[in-house]
Amino acid sequence: MTAGTPRATGSPAYDLSRTRLVVIQVLVIALMATLLGRLWYLQVASGDAYQAQAAENAVRDVVVQPQRGLIVDAMGRPMAASRQSWVVSVDRTLLARLREHQQDRLLRRVAALVDEPYRDIRDRLLLCGAEGAQPPPRCWNGSPYQPVPVAKDIDERVAVDIQERREDFPAVLAEQQAVRDYPAPFGINAAHVLGYLSPATADEYEQARRDGDRTVTSQSQVGRAGVEKQYDKWLRGVPGSDGMAVDSQGRVLGADRNRRPRAGATLVTSIDARVQAVVERELKTSIMGARQTVDEVTGRRYEATSGAAVVLDPGNGSIVAMASYPTYDPQVWVGGISDDQLSRLYSERAAEPLLSRPTQAQLAPGSTFKPFMAMGALSNGYSPATRLNCTSSFTVGNRAYKNFESGAYGYIGFDRAMQVSCNTFFYRLGYDFWVKAGGDDATVKTRDPLVEGAKSAGFGHETGVDLPGEASGRIADRRWKLQYWKDNKDYYCEVGKEPGSDFLHVFAREFCIDGYDFRAGDAVNFVIGQGDTIITPLQLATGYAAIANGGTLWEPRVGKALLSPSGEVIRTIKAKVRARLPFPRRVVDYVDTALQGTPVDGTLAWKMGGFPLNKVPIRGKTGTAEVYGKQTTSWLSTYTKDYVVVMMVEQGGTGSGTSGDSMRRIWEALYGIDEEKVRPAESLIPGTTPPTRLPSVDARGLIEPPVIAAAGTSGQAAARPSSRGPG
Amino acid sequence: MTVSVPLRPARRVGSGPARSAQTSWPRLDWLLLATVAALLVLGGLLVWSATLHRVDLTGGDDAAYLRKQATNAGIGVVLAAVVAATDHRWLRLWAPVLYAASVVGLALVFVPGVGATINGSHSWLLIGGLSLQPAELAKFGVVLGMAFVLAERSEAHLRQSVNAVDVVPALAIAAVPALLILAQPDLGTLMVLTVTVFGVVGLSGAPKRWLFLLAGGGAAVVVAAVQSGLLAGYQLDRFGAFTDPSLDPRGAGYNTQQARIAIGNGGLTGQGLFNGTQTQAGFVPEQHTDFVFTVAGEELGLAGAAAIVALFALLLWRALRIARRAEDLFGRVAAVGIACWFGFQAFQNIGMCLGIMPVTGVPLPLVSYGGTSMFASLTAVGLLLNIHLRTAGRPGHGVVVRNRMARSRF
Repeated sequence: MTAGTPRATGSPAYDLSRTRLVVIQVLVIALMATLLGRLWYLQVASGDAYQAQAAENAVRDVVVQPQRGLIVDAMGRPMAASRQSWVVSVDRTLLARLREHQQDRLLRRVAALVDEPYRDIRDRLLLCGAEGAQPPPRCWNGSPYQPVPVAKDIDERVAVDIQERREDFPAVLAEQQAVRDYPAPFGINAAHVLGYLSPATADEYEQARRDGDRTVTSQSQVGRAGVEKQYDKWLRGVPGSDGMAVDSQGRVLGADRNRRPRAGATLVTSIDARVQAVVERELKTSIMGARQTVDEVTGRRYEATSGAAVVLDPGNGSIVAMASYPTYDPQVWVGGISDDQLSRLYSERAAEPLLSRPTQAQLAPGSTFKPFMAMGALSNGYSPATRLNCTSSFTVGNRAYKNFESGAYGYIGFDRAMQVSCNTFFYRLGYDFWVKAGGDDATVKTRDPLVEGAKSAGFGHETGVDLPGEASGRIADRRWKLQYWKDNKDYYCEVGKEPGSDFLHVFAREFCIDGYDFRAGDAVNFVIGQGDTIITPLQLATGYAAIANGGTLWEPRVGKALLSPSGEVIRTIKAKVRARLPFPRRVVDYVDTALQGTPVDGTLAWKMGGFPLNKVPIRGKTGTAEVYGKQTTSWLSTYTKDYVVVMMVEQGGTGSGTSGDSMRRIWEALYGIDEEKVRPAESLIPGTTPPTRLPSVDARGLIEPPVIAAAGTSGQAAARPSSRGPG
Repeated sequence: MTVSVPLRPARRVGSGPARSAQTSWPRLDWLLLATVAALLVLGGLLVWSATLHRVDLTGGDDAAYLRKQATNAGIGVVLAAVVAATDHRWLRLWAPVLYAASVVGLALVFVPGVGATINGSHSWLLIGGLSLQPAELAKFGVVLGMAFVLAERSEAHLRQSVNAVDVVPALAIAAVPALLILAQPDLGTLMVLTVTVFGVVGLSGAPKRWLFLLAGGGAAVVVAAVQSGLLAGYQLDRFGAFTDPSLDPRGAGYNTQQARIAIGNGGLTGQGLFNGTQTQAGFVPEQHTDFVFTVAGEELGLAGAAAIVALFALLLWRALRIARRAEDLFGRVAAVGIACWFGFQAFQNIGMCLGIMPVTGVPLPLVSYGGTSMFASLTAVGLLLNIHLRTAGRPGHGVVVRNRMARSRF
């Protein structure tokens, strides 16, 4: 052995060991360095990503739906509010962590507890479009990360049971959710004004996300009709989110970051619940009465399938009440509508209750059209001094057009012709204008003062009301006839080639040849509101409002203003003038004065005996429109300077006969009329006329009725509605 | 003929006064002790933090695990003190007994009624309400057993190195518990054991070819185990899940992902002790035992986690230093064995938490919650101290190799 340094004198084995010890030390250092490097990589280099994951892990964002805005009437009474409802939902992510048989057992327990079929809950938990998923709405159309609601409006005891036995119900949540509630002040329904809600579809949700619209989430309810739809984006509010700190079992440890939802705005409407209640009741009464009345033409009782009633403020076009019959309970949409309920709403046998008759029913106006014809004629050559013979019939070509009930009143002026609703008087007018226009030779370019009169009063065009889905009506003038002929002649020409001499075939042959021709018959039909001209009840109401206010055609409004939950006015919904009637003021005033006679000694007089017309001078015009193959449509238009009241009953008989009594009761209620006395204190609206101010929200969030400015009126007499606002 | 071969260089010959055994207390490896103490304290805190909100484990007593871990550490410290203070020769005397006991323990886990199956492995013994993991003790047993055999054989031939013939009995000593552990199966412990055996054999001075043979043989065993179907597919998936969590998404894959999130969530300085969201919400399974390092990662951040790695580096340095200075083969082999065991087990455990090693259930020595592991680790620390004391307590001369007479006493 070599003797060198002391260390080197060790045995070879010892040196070997030393070398290997060094190797081990190097290895140790290498391994430790690896760990440190990896630590640095995880914690510093990619720390942000892991921190985000950890945040995601530990916090479950739950969308907190905002309180939907209230819909209140002009006095601040809530017509659509919110109430808390218990909803049971299942978190799909947490459910997936359970084993198959555990999931099965859990869901069966849930199904039994909430009393829903197990199969339905299973279906509901599958994403739409996933393998084995049922078509919507049985599948889950919302976000895969949102808990899926499987049972709504469940009993509080069941919800509390689920909450208290979390261990037994992993992945199951029982939460309170705000759903629409309809307090129905004074028993109103107002379904067609309010509209209804249904969940946002996946498409709407996607669209909102693309547009960066945060107000729609997968759980949002979206307005589908009425003001709920019209003012949806204000009523909806902005959803918040609750970041809930959760543990690995999904149990909530506490609230984390959260964003408070912003409650939707309160919509103040011009509807007055008391008036609405009376109008709804009277419309129904009229319809029920008509159904007990035998139609002398058909010998059957009136079908009275549907009806509409509108109360309008002629001063600004705001809608004070609007009723539609048949109606539905807006509550059926809350918490999901069943298939049965939905099919009933769309069924023809139930007369399609979803249809809003005041804005969507289109019917021939009948004699209620005459004042507009009169204004057209009086502005184009005729004068109040005009006297025409009101015969029992008027022959055009080879056809005799009869007066209603074949009455004859001799030579009368426009005023009397309107009061007694003389058809032959107006036939002569219509025929005269038709001849002046060139008769059969007139073209679509030919000026027709009567058509102009109708158009300028708003017919044939949407009124612009703030309710969705409004129908435009139609004026059957020369232009329309030509267009109609162009659109349909191919069909009728084919039909005409078939053999047969019944009405349809004869008509088809004639139509094929000259169906575009606006004939004398068309002209005389038009002037009494018959034929192909159709209008909506709301159009009629706005037209009469224009007469009442001296010639201003308003766009009708339901919405008055949008208030923040704390009561600040976010937006005033301004009344809008659509047009001015192109008739001289004296003409409008003449017609207005003439119509005052209808309840006195005209067609409405038999229903108005004892009514203090000297104090409340009601103007009126009745209408009974014939409809091919159906019973007559009953129309009744009445107004004062304060209100316009229009009622229509489809297949309901005559205007005055069917609706006269109800109309009188509505007026009595509006003005507080008791027998022959007018008691403003008894009127439905304090101060008789609709309030101009808005309801306010007090410090506690209660909605207070507007301050009635006019002195000496009976503000105190009104019930003081107070209700808690949102937020 | 020399009767004595200096194991250590004769550097200290004649230098200074001879040191007596009475002055041995100051010669304790204080740095080693401090390191171990630091790991124990940290471990206690981390286990406490991991179980603070685990009502399912603690039954509502927040500090239950802190107390249990403190008790374990206390028992372990007593064991370590006993081992450290025991005479060297007595330890060698007891080595075969301890080894035999650990083999019996490993065999017992397969006996119904005594052994228990947890997480698909027969790893536990349930004796009178106590649960023990014989595999943890077996590591210590194997280290002692191998050190004993190698030292006995080489000293019998008055050699300071081992030759090929000596390696075979040493491997046989390791093979018996290794097979029993493979049968459990406990891949993690097996890996630790393999590395330890490799280190021991390497450091004992065995020829290089033996090391290659050993490495090759180990690889062959692994291949054979996979091929023969001894390991089920799910076990392989679990093993590979650290590279691709989707292989075992509900088990090891979930573990490894949550562990990585927890550690990554810690950042540079951590979220503060008891404040880690992943930890306190219980997202990391087995966090107080095998994944205790993730608590440090999340709550103490890079600073704390690196400190633990550094503490282990310190521990290993001291262990290897003790091995280097050991005056006999028994001490050197034992110290190296302990160093390899601690070193690789720590690397495997932390590597598993960091997602660079497979998810195998090995605890972090001295830190993880668990009685058996704690006892075994602290006893090993005691042995390290014993070896150190013996080295430091001697006046620098080489070891006195026993004569046949002396040896015959065994």
